[in-house]
Amino acid sequence: MTATIIVAMLAELFPNGISHYAVGGLFVGLGAAVIYLGTGIAPGASTFLESTLSYGSSLSRFQQYRPSRDWRVVFTLGIVAGAAVYALAFQDGIWTTDVQWWRLLFGGVLVGIGTRVGKGCTSGHGVCGVGSVSGTSFVGVATFLFVAIGVAQLVQALGVSP
Amino acid sequence: MAADHEQHPLFLPLIFVGGLLFGFGLGFSHMAQPEVVLNFLQFEDFGLLFVMFGAAIVTGITFFGIKQIRTTAPLTGDTYVRRLKTLDKNVVIGGGIFGVGWGLSGICPGAAYASLGIGNYAILWGILGMFIGAYIQGFWRSTRAEQGSQATTAD
Repeated sequence: MTATIIVAMLAELFPNGISHYAVGGLFVGLGAAVIYLGTGIAPGASTFLESTLSYGSSLSRFQQYRPSRDWRVVFTLGIVAGAAVYALAFQDGIWTTDVQWWRLLFGGVLVGIGTRVGKGCTSGHGVCGVGSVSGTSFVGVATFLFVAIGVAQLVQALGVSP
Repeated sequence: MAADHEQHPLFLPLIFVGGLLFGFGLGFSHMAQPEVVLNFLQFEDFGLLFVMFGAAIVTGITFFGIKQIRTTAPLTGDTYVRRLKTLDKNVVIGGGIFGVGWGLSGICPGAAYASLGIGNYAILWGILGMFIGAYIQGFWRSTRAEQGSQATTAD
């Protein structure tokens, strides 16, 4: 009886199962771990935005990332290539989103501002920071998680879909 | 610091391999699909928790474990120390702005790069937006810093 309730609850919370989420997460962690073991760097994905702007802008804010900008480009190209390997192995052709372009663009602008002002994103704070048991990252993750949940629910309630 | 890193011939190849694994994981976990992230934020599928915490457990064990074995990283000579970011109001303000963008679009930087890898060319709107956003805050903060105000440029 209890087991049935638990199974039903899990099916409700995880309608697509958990295995691909957990396995994917282990790979994400493994990628960050490999880089850390070799270099001592805990890599995040959002610094790439500013470090790459240093190629074309002399603003001091971007130039401070000049020493790391080359490897951050390589890291990002690796992420794109790794996802492409997944797609070639497990996906039928290309996958495209139905989320409307203006949500991606304006959401992207806010993500660009927020991750850089807030010192990290889902990988820097979420994966590396939480892994480091960093109090700052716990605060960062809690903040963007709760705000994002509120906004996503609001957008849905307003009938914007997809 | 990182300028020295690149002198080791295996530095960039290792970064690339790490990126490959990282991107493969984002593809495999479906985080490269904004719809799946939005489903999490709308409480329709809590799988994302397994991705973030699964990854954090691996990094946590690695960060802690390696210190028991060696003190410096082989490719850089850097010490394995926690480089913690300081907690100030920027973490909350920036995290809040990021949260609005993430909730609106379902995209975050790493997942957006991975999304390009699975063929989602529409994500270029999002990546363009992220660069614009990063530029806006960089322009604003650089200008403020040059005006001599005590702007927090700490990172």
